Amino acid sequence: SKTRQSFSEKVNNLVKRYRKVDEDFFEELEDILIESDVGVTTVMDLVEKLKDEARTRNIKDSDKLKDVIVEVLSDFLTKSKDETKLNLNPDGLTVILMVGVNGAGKTTTAGKLANRLRNEGKSVLLAAADTFRAGAIDQLQVWGDRAGIDVIKHQEGSDPASVVFDALKAAKSRHADVLLCDTAGRLQNKVNLMKELEKIKRVINRECPGAPQEVLLVLDATTGQNALNQAKLFRQASDVTGIVLTKLDGTAKGGIVLAVRHELDIPVKLVGLGEKINDLQVFDADAFVYGLFSE
Amino acid sequence: MAFESLAGRLQETMKKIRGKGKVSEADVKQMAREVRLALLEADVNFKVVKSFVSRIQERAVGQEVLKSLTPGQQVIKVVQEELANLMGGDQTKLNFALKPPTVILFVGLQGAGKTTSAAKLANFIRKANNKKPMMIAADVYRPAAIKQLQTLGGQLNIPVFTLGDKVSPVEIVRQGIEQAKAEHNDLILIDTAGRLHVDDVLMDELEQIKAVSHPDEIFLVVDAMTGQDAVNVASSFNDRLDLTGVIMTKLDGDTRGGAALSIRSVTGTPIKFVGMGEKMDAIEPFHPDRMASRILGMGDVLSLIEKA
Ligand SMILES: Nc1nc2c(ncn2[C@@H]2O[C@H](COP(=O)(O)OP(=O)(O)OP(=O)(O)O)[C@@H](O)[C@H]2O)c(=O)[nH]1
Ligand SMILES: Nc1nc2c(ncn2[C@@H]2O[C@H](COP(=O)(O)OP(=O)(O)OP(=O)(O)O)[C@@H](O)[C@H]2O)c(=O)[nH]1
Ligand SMILES: [Mg+2]
Ligand SMILES: [Mg+2]
Repeated sequence: SKTRQSFSEKVNNLVKRYRKVDEDFFEELEDILIESDVGVTTVMDLVEKLKDEARTRNIKDSDKLKDVIVEVLSDFLTKSKDETKLNLNPDGLTVILMVGVNGAGKTTTAGKLANRLRNEGKSVLLAAADTFRAGAIDQLQVWGDRAGIDVIKHQEGSDPASVVFDALKAAKSRHADVLLCDTAGRLQNKVNLMKELEKIKRVINRECPGAPQEVLLVLDATTGQNALNQAKLFRQASDVTGIVLTKLDGTAKGGIVLAVRHELDIPVKLVGLGEKINDLQVFDADAFVYGLFSE
Repeated sequence: MAFESLAGRLQETMKKIRGKGKVSEADVKQMAREVRLALLEADVNFKVVKSFVSRIQERAVGQEVLKSLTPGQQVIKVVQEELANLMGGDQTKLNFALKPPTVILFVGLQGAGKTTSAAKLANFIRKANNKKPMMIAADVYRPAAIKQLQTLGGQLNIPVFTLGDKVSPVEIVRQGIEQAKAEHNDLILIDTAGRLHVDDVLMDELEQIKAVSHPDEIFLVVDAMTGQDAVNVASSFNDRLDLTGVIMTKLDGDTRGGAALSIRSVTGTPIKFVGMGEKMDAIEPFHPDRMASRILGMGDVLSLIEKA
């Protein structure tokens, strides 16, 4: 495909500068990966693996190592073809819970995703379960209006779990296909707020066995190594099923998802590429790997 | 708390070298490797780490260390000095206008914490410096951005100037400043929309806002969890706007906060305030020297050196 080719071009560039696979070559490769926020530990694992491959396959020309780089990086990122697919309940209500730290892009992604699912012919509802942040409910309402989707909401300051409870009731009585719950941003080290999230999840599970089908952790691509802690602790609290990597339209590479995938085995499902309603795409590992090597 | 695990990592490394009566080149190399790792894991930019590590390596195998009676501690002193250098010196004070009103402009990437920080700082300066603040809602793009600022203004009892979201931000700022003057507000805080540093149109808009508002402070608001890209972001905003300071937000998290070190060292822009939570009183002036000491747990180490 096109992306693969341009990715190869980038790797070609690296390869041109270093004909031989030597320490300098690997050092530069290390720098590129570190600069993309892949994280030192994962970078060292990756480079070790590459060195091994080079040794066993007796590769001396950097030119020949190219494909191995692509292979190894893609391996780190994807385990199976289907893993970007959202887990939607084929008969009955699907509940999707958006979680993440402050400002990552939960509300925006909820709006975009609601719109996308609606365009696929599903009936969708939004739940405004961020009752804490100033203007959060109005923000989600604007997204609801843009997508033509109803928003279930309470007063600012009310209990988020009870918003979700009401939204579940509404979704059931209206026979909605999907209920998307926005939640307040919370830093993963805030024990009380993480407990609140557990409670929201419990309510969903109690009212709707088998749900939530998806708990999407929204990660800002500009985030560095802290994303690993985010993934660890949000998974503990809410059994994260997938990641949405937002703000990839900037210059940050979001390489930390390699570490998240590698160390925690959580797949990236969607990426955010802007602030408009259609700026949401299914994660494409090849395009992503290409991005790691672009200027 | 932020910085703590970086502190832990570096202190472990320093412990190993502290008591050494003789420091070999191999010791220094080992230490340098560990320092490099600790800084990279804390998200300090890799170029900043490179030059930092080569500086301490150079100095640590140099005369000042080898000739000293306590080389181990001398090495630590070198690291501490270089770290303090990286973070910048004393806390830098706010610039107030000689002729009021003082204007503060908040800029930064999406979701960094501009709106929250503007409200917090308005409240902070009102108390600390006895000012009469007004906030200007110049984000016409983000859904409900104006509502967010109005809600915060309402909580703090600070007026918010808005012309809705159909008027250009430059015009809003122009009229907002007139209004503030008319109502004798001596402190104006301008909230702007989040934007990518590579978005030319929106970066131009900021230049125009700057031109009509003559800010006394232009604060880049940066999320403390930011990774390697922090230096690109900060350099771009700085090139366009000549930043006067940085506000680091979300330091109440468990991030190692290396972006703070990179930004200061690459752009020379001092970090003036840190955000420590979502509540309106969760903002503090930043003391780089104290932070550098805390990172290395220098309180005790320095006194050890003095005793020796
Ligand atoms: N450039 C860009 N901006 C985005 C993207 N996704 C979200 N944003 C912006 O990031 C900012 C924060 O997004 P929100 O959706 O409010 O984030 P949140 O996680 O709901 O924030 P809190 O509820 O405050 O925790 C907004 O200005 C969004 O427009 C993206 O993919 N690209
Ligand atoms: N925990 C914590 N959260 C913060 C801090 N500062 C801001 N936030 C939260 O971060 C999120 C984003 O803050 P905003 O003030 O909306 O950020 P912004 O830069 O104005 O965002 P845009 O206008 O969308 O670009 C909100 O959920 C805030 O409550 C902080 O110091 N600590
Ligand atoms: Mg939100
Ligand atoms: Mg804002």
